This record gives sequence, structure tokens and C-alpha cells, in this order.
Amino acid sequence: MTGDPRGRARQLDDAFLVAGSSSFTDFVGAYRPELLPSGRRLPSGASVEAPHGTTIVALLFDGGVIMAGDRRATMGNVIANRDMEKVFAADGYSVVGIAGTAGIAIELVRLYQVELEHYEKIEGAIMSLEGKANRLASMIRGNLALAMQGLTVVPTYAGFDLETDVGRIYSYDVTGGCYIEGGHHSTGSGSVFARGALKKLWRPGLAEEQAVAVAVEALYDAADDDSATGGPDLGRQIWPTVAVVDRTGARFVAQPDLEAHVERLVAARRDNPGGAR
Amino acid sequence: MSMPFYVPPEQVMKDRADFARKGIARGRSVIVLGYDKGIAFVAENPSRALHKVSEIYDRIAFAAVGRYNEFESLRVAGIRYADLRGYSYDRTDVTARALANTYAQTLGAVFTQESKPFEIEIVVAEVGLTPDGDQIFRLTYDGSVADEQGFVVMGGASEKAEERLSATWRPGLPLGESLRLAVDVLAAGDNGERREIGAALLEVAVLDRDRPRRTFRRIVGPLLTRLLSTEDPTADAPLVDEAHPGHPEVLSGEPTDGGATAGTEDAARDTHPHPPG
Repeated sequence: MTGDPRGRARQLDDAFLVAGSSSFTDFVGAYRPELLPSGRRLPSGASVEAPHGTTIVALLFDGGVIMAGDRRATMGNVIANRDMEKVFAADGYSVVGIAGTAGIAIELVRLYQVELEHYEKIEGAIMSLEGKANRLASMIRGNLALAMQGLTVVPTYAGFDLETDVGRIYSYDVTGGCYIEGGHHSTGSGSVFARGALKKLWRPGLAEEQAVAVAVEALYDAADDDSATGGPDLGRQIWPTVAVVDRTGARFVAQPDLEAHVERLVAARRDNPGGAR
Repeated sequence: MSMPFYVPPEQVMKDRADFARKGIARGRSVIVLGYDKGIAFVAENPSRALHKVSEIYDRIAFAAVGRYNEFESLRVAGIRYADLRGYSYDRTDVTARALANTYAQTLGAVFTQESKPFEIEIVVAEVGLTPDGDQIFRLTYDGSVADEQGFVVMGGASEKAEERLSATWRPGLPLGESLRLAVDVLAAGDNGERREIGAALLEVAVLDRDRPRRTFRRIVGPLLTRLLSTEDPTADAPLVDEAHPGHPEVLSGEPTDGGATAGTEDAARDTHPHPPG
């Protein structure tokens, strides 16, 4: 009835009553395709300048997985947003981080969150982690037409697999390819520098506290060399977003803890800008 | 050529209503009742997998009696309706009233147009921020809607049960006592004898007023047994979710390994950045 332009209550369309599908995206795609990012037609050849989000890092630790993102969105040489969130809870046991065109990425994340919750409510069960990763892949695939016009979205997905009791990281490419990453991963414009840092700092079996410190440091190194990645802003009290997923669920590291991590890091980098050790 | 007998429309409607009523009366009852911190749903249902009570949205739940296949399709339609509305507007714009109206139109149309009416009765309940804001809508097979105050009994022998409940129920009872009242009413037979209904035969869920976001929780296992027992001091469902791997909407009261830290995690989770809108 939301589709009724007259706005008065009428009976549910058949699309609502069809049995068999637990997917919100499939339902919307059949009933109101224009609500999906992939259901819109863009004028060909045109390109727009839109805010871009940048660096996301994810790494495994002993007991789960950590994902962190910087807070900056850029539009060309301009900082479009200083305190944007790029890491979101997808459901109770997974998080998704986004790099690429911010507007479309956030819309995709919202859709993805509803998709997972919708499945949970209809089926009365949580989707398997592999299933969740594949759902995200098919959404990225649906965005291919937009990506070809420069509006790319490349997420990183991390979650806790309740069946095998381990944390997992999934990376994606523009075409919806979905790859399991071992150890750590980074995406976005600062990812090259973050990856370099992760290679040196990450090792298997890190404790949660150490892993958060590694994530914050990798983002610091990315911001050091990439102008589109925002470093921690002590003046404005803007810290990176850090999410932790373990067998008890997904949660975000509290601001005071992040502040302590950042202050330790900044102090350690004094007279040692590269973090040599 | 044979002519069909003329049947007056009053007779057609009466026959359909009788048919639907008989179907509904065969099933077991479901009770929906308000308590001090929310709305409780109590159903006699030996199945763990085929539910009579279900989550629709953050503060809205659904309960039904009658034919499973018929109310299941309406339940799924309700979740699709609510998720679509929440996705295209905002989570706060999903209301039980709008959903009840849509259900009423659908039930009414099926009652008059289809060859057989739905043999179901449903309740759509929304928990408010205060007890005054609670809404319980009862919908019957012919599409009539009633805005009920305090409690509803649906299903077989519901009139007698409703009388019994109105004699004992009052607003502001704690959860444990409300559940015991409801089970007493379900257990009372037609001619004075009492059946024994244990926790294993009950499906119990609540919409908990004080929770952020999704307020629907199923209550199972030891927690349900404790709530139903007159000796045990447990009178309320815990406000903190259990930190066990599994479905987040279930409260079982079983000891968990991460239980001690669950409170702080939940506090951190409240502040987590959900995307705008």
C-alpha cells in the first residue's frame, strides 16, 4: 500500500502475499524497483562529483575480527565530511565497512541491514556468514552499472561464523567478486599504506586490545601518506570508528578507549614519524 | 439449463462467518496482555518451530490463531510491509495502526470476494514509550478491527476465557504474575476441570518497552520456568541481552560464558552508529 499514490489504506498487493522469498531486496526489486540503487537509470556518459569515503582496515584477532575506518569523506581536493561513519553493524554478528561513493555506499548498507533483519524475522534464524557475504556480493553486482559511471562502492565485510566459531573477513571487487581474506585486509585510497603497516604489525593470535591498537596505527599510517584518509583529530576529538566482532556479537569500541589508543600512538610517533621499531 | 438457487446475501455472509468461526474455535487460544514494562504474548503451542507469535518491527509484534498457512502468509506480508515502510521512510514511521488497517482491508476483501474466508484471528500490538501508548488491535476473519484495552484472548472458547481474564487482570502487573494469569486462563477447561500446561507447551514472547530498537524477545527455557513459578522471585525479563552465540531475540536465562560483561557491551552497542535514516 506504500505504492498507492492516493495514500489511503488498501489491501495488500499480491507481491506481499507471495510465498517463498525471504529476501527484502528481491521483494523490493519486484514490487518497487525504483527504491533500489540498482533500479535507477542514469543518463549515459554523464559523471557527477560526489563525496568519497576512503580507508577501511580489517584484521583477525584471537577470538574474532576487528574492523576500523577513518572518518573523512572527500570531494576532489575538498574535505566533504570530517566525522563520517564508514563502519556499520550489519546485524548482531557482523560489520560492514565501505569505501567509495559515500551516498550510494550508505544506501547499500541500509538496504543490507534491512535485508539481514528481514531474513532473521521471516525465517526465525540468523543467516549463515557465508550466506550473508554472498548476499552482499549480489548487491555489489547490482551496482555494476553505477560503478561503470564512476560511482563505485567497494565494501569490506567481517563477521563471526557461529558454526565454525571463527572470525572471517570478506573482500569484494567492483563486479561483486567475493573473496575470503586470511589475517587482514584493507580497502580505499589509503589501503596501500594501511596494508604495508598491517603486514608489519599484524601476527596471528593477537589479543583484542593489541588488535585495536594495530588497526588504529594502520589507519594512522594511511592518513600519513594519503590526503583522502583522515587521521585522528585530537583538536576536534574525532577518532576512527573501530568495531569488534566476537562470539558474543558485534560492538563498537567506546570513545574514551579510542582516545587512549590514539594518545599512546601519537606520543610514540613523536620524533619517530614512521613508527620505526 | 439449470438455474442456481437464489441465496440472499445475508445468508451468504452468515454462512461464511459461521464457517470461519468454527475453524478458529478448533484451535488453541492465544492471549495478549499488557504488563508493567510492555506487552506479553502467551500461546499454547507445543511446536518450537511453527510460531503463533512473531516480531514484525522494532516495537510491533503479531499473534494469530487459526489456520497456520493463512496467518503465516499475512505475517510475512506484514514484515515486508513494515520493512519496506521503514526503509523508504524512517524506522519510527512504521506503526501498528497502519499495519492493522492494511490487514483489515486484506481480510475484508478475502471474506467477501474469495471462495472461502480466512479462518484466522490476529492481533497486531505496538508497545509505546509509556503504558498509555500501548496499542493492541484485534482483527477478525471478516476484516473488522477492534482497538482493545489491556488484553485480548483469541481462539477456541475465547469468550469464557476473556471473562475470566477480565476478572483477574489489572494494569501494571509484573511480567511473572501476568504470565501466570494468562496460563491459568489457558489451562481452565470448559466445565471446571484444569489442565496442566507446562513451560514446554507454551510459546511466550514480550515487547519490552525499555529496550532500544528491536523490543521483541522470546522467553524460553529456565527463564520461562522461573517466571511461571510462584516460589521463584524472578518477576521480570532481564533488560540485558544474553551474550551467547545464537538468535539475539531469545532470552533463555541459561548461564552464559560472557554474561558478566554483557551489560557494558550492551551499553556500548547503543551508541553504535547506524546510518542516517
